[in-house]
Amino acid sequence: MNHQFDTVIVGTGLAGLRAAMEMPPGTRVALISKVYPTRSHSGAAQGGIAAALGNEEPDSPEWHAYDTVKGGDYLTDQDAAEVLATDGPRAIIELEHLGVPFNRRADGRIAQRAFGGHTREFGKAPVRRACHAADRTGRVILDTLYMEAARRGFRIFPEFNLLDIVLRDGRVAGVVALEFATGDLHVFEARTLLLATGGFGRVYQTTSNCFANTGDGVYLAYRAGVPLQDMEFVQFHPTGIHGLGVLISEAARGEGGFLRNGSGERFMERYAPTIGDLAARDVVSRAILNEISEGRGVNGQDFVHLDLRHLGGERIAEKLSEIASFIGIYLGLDPTRDLIPVSPTCHYMMGGIPTTLDGQVQGADGTPVPGFYAVGECACISVHGANRLGCNSLLDLVVFGRRAGRKMLQDLSLLDPMAVPSGTESPVRVRMKGLCDSKGRVRTLDIRDSMQSLMNGCGHVFRSESGLARGLTRIRELCEEYGSLGVANRSLRYNHELMEAMELESLLGLSEVILFSALQRRESRGAHYREDFRQRDDTHWLKHTRVSWRAGYPETSFRPVTVTRFEPKERVY
Amino acid sequence: MEIRFRIHRQDPDAGTSSGWAAYTVTARPEERILDCLNRIRWEQDPTLAYRMSCAHGVCGSDAMRINGTCGLACQKLVKDYADGEVVLEPLPGFTIQKDLMVDLEPFFEKVTLVRPFLQAVTEPPEGEERTQAPEDQKTLDKVLRCVLCACCVASCPVSGKNREFLGPASLVWAFRFLFDTRDKAGPERLAQLNASGGAWECRNHFNCTRVCPKEIPVTKSINMIKREIEKHFSEGKGQERI
Repeated sequence: MNHQFDTVIVGTGLAGLRAAMEMPPGTRVALISKVYPTRSHSGAAQGGIAAALGNEEPDSPEWHAYDTVKGGDYLTDQDAAEVLATDGPRAIIELEHLGVPFNRRADGRIAQRAFGGHTREFGKAPVRRACHAADRTGRVILDTLYMEAARRGFRIFPEFNLLDIVLRDGRVAGVVALEFATGDLHVFEARTLLLATGGFGRVYQTTSNCFANTGDGVYLAYRAGVPLQDMEFVQFHPTGIHGLGVLISEAARGEGGFLRNGSGERFMERYAPTIGDLAARDVVSRAILNEISEGRGVNGQDFVHLDLRHLGGERIAEKLSEIASFIGIYLGLDPTRDLIPVSPTCHYMMGGIPTTLDGQVQGADGTPVPGFYAVGECACISVHGANRLGCNSLLDLVVFGRRAGRKMLQDLSLLDPMAVPSGTESPVRVRMKGLCDSKGRVRTLDIRDSMQSLMNGCGHVFRSESGLARGLTRIRELCEEYGSLGVANRSLRYNHELMEAMELESLLGLSEVILFSALQRRESRGAHYREDFRQRDDTHWLKHTRVSWRAGYPETSFRPVTVTRFEPKERVY
Repeated sequence: MEIRFRIHRQDPDAGTSSGWAAYTVTARPEERILDCLNRIRWEQDPTLAYRMSCAHGVCGSDAMRINGTCGLACQKLVKDYADGEVVLEPLPGFTIQKDLMVDLEPFFEKVTLVRPFLQAVTEPPEGEERTQAPEDQKTLDKVLRCVLCACCVASCPVSGKNREFLGPASLVWAFRFLFDTRDKAGPERLAQLNASGGAWECRNHFNCTRVCPKEIPVTKSINMIKREIEKHFSEGKGQERI
């Protein structure tokens, strides 16, 4: 089936929905999502959204920009950090006006709390910058924007899986998507395409990410010739529920909780003397794993404790009720009485599709691909550099979602209609038929399990040349094995097996790029820590990694980091 | 431990009538029912259809009937079903798409009927936030947990019989805006809630409250709406209650 639209937005989390809001009535907009929009993973964001409103205490966008750059270990493009921080207060007020039910201070203004890496006066002490609705901030913003989209009557195609990006003469012509309910392929012709497809934490065994986060958009952009940037930078959130990976928000520490090792010691004070438990996530995750490897895990095991007992029942009920319920349901524990076993869990991808400050996708030659935009976790502006600060992602989505939407609208008037040639969906049909007709006996599960445990090993917090090289070889073997994959389910209607088999191709391809990028970068910066190169090396590595697909293999290039006002210096918390 | 499942199977395309399939899964006591479903689909029967996404009770995808009670498969642990089999069925009251998947479009449409967005008659101050007392915001705290999973509607005896009834989820969303002090469309909202199909259809069965995976006091919230309707209309501001 063919559809004609002006704009196709893939992904209906905060980024996609916020961008859509820039589209005036009369513009033909299609929103495509692999899940029902309210199931989007933005809704799982807990702790808050950062902005220097200064409602609680003096704050400034300049401090916020500095924290963002320092949090990103100076790989952050500083012009992007300035846009994020400067536009932050406006974005929060806009959300408030739309109806987002933020928690309030006694004077009626939006309440703010402390969060990791957010400080006053360039690192002197924590600052309360995180606006929040208890620990369900993403949920309430997603609900607000979704209901707004429903009110405006956007065409939404739920449970449609993106399977191909169609570029023609170097510009966007449309996309091919699979309707999950019927197995039908749909071709969406569009002059502009925005990818807002989120992250791909599912390449790892332990992750806070939902099952839908398989990076299809990022992988398809890569295969369409777009380079991927800074893919070695993978954030491991310090406090996943041990073994399960479900997130315990940093808000737990923002509200005053802290970590304890096996002997009960508050060890973060040793690693980050100034802000302790509120150091950046990469710092805290390394500290936890270091405690564990030196035998100071709880009972010698591979986890530490998060202690919220002193916060009291009332504060937990009011500000952290969602995580209290996770702790109750999955661990049978009560955070007002019990210590919570936690360990790092894959949480966020700093890398992705490189874009301008207006969301324009940068092609292989570094110039924007006409009609092609990306925003949110799938994109790399790069505003988060080598490590994202908590509460900066939701802000990224609404600030840069709006900018991308505006740019897209502006560009629409300059782009002529572009027809998609007939047979556009043929390659996808061939791929699907290949999987279904395959006599192969290898199951998606087998390859996916191997890949996820491999990534949890060599692609985790601590990395080394030998581990990464072995991992890369093994991933390529798994890519070979993928050729022997067979899909037993022949049904057209809701064929999960076929869908997961196709998602696996994205996951394998992205795993390869992550390991390949990590192998190139012979230094330690932010979330990328090399045991064989333990120092940051600004002389050689103050640059973005870009990896392009060339005849089946990744090829590296580099791009300088934009430095405006914050000269790189040693990063100490 | 071993856990036995009996799962409702139905494929409208196959033209066959619905039936049951039995599976046995080995799982650790602290694993989720959803983990077992995944094991069945990935290791035993790739044709089994159900929805899932976040797997920790915040997206609302995996609502189904578990041993007769509606709930989220990712919130139920194996250890709580140790003795005997687990029976899984699709949410009742909706059209079955396949196996455990139901068509929730009518559900979402009904939620949007209550105009679940802020309708403020006064323009917000330019460049400034509107203020709201913390206790007023707190009134909304519990209903904000709604993940639109539809367990409440599927469990509601009134929704099951009366297609006109907005249903518990829509009323939760109506509450969320009716009691938001920033919203100024109260009279219109109350008129809708007072009309046929509105809050008065609720007969306090409390099924919604019992099954809500997010522990929202649904029935209590509906009763607060009813009180608000009575207050509003007894003050002579509107028509008689129907």
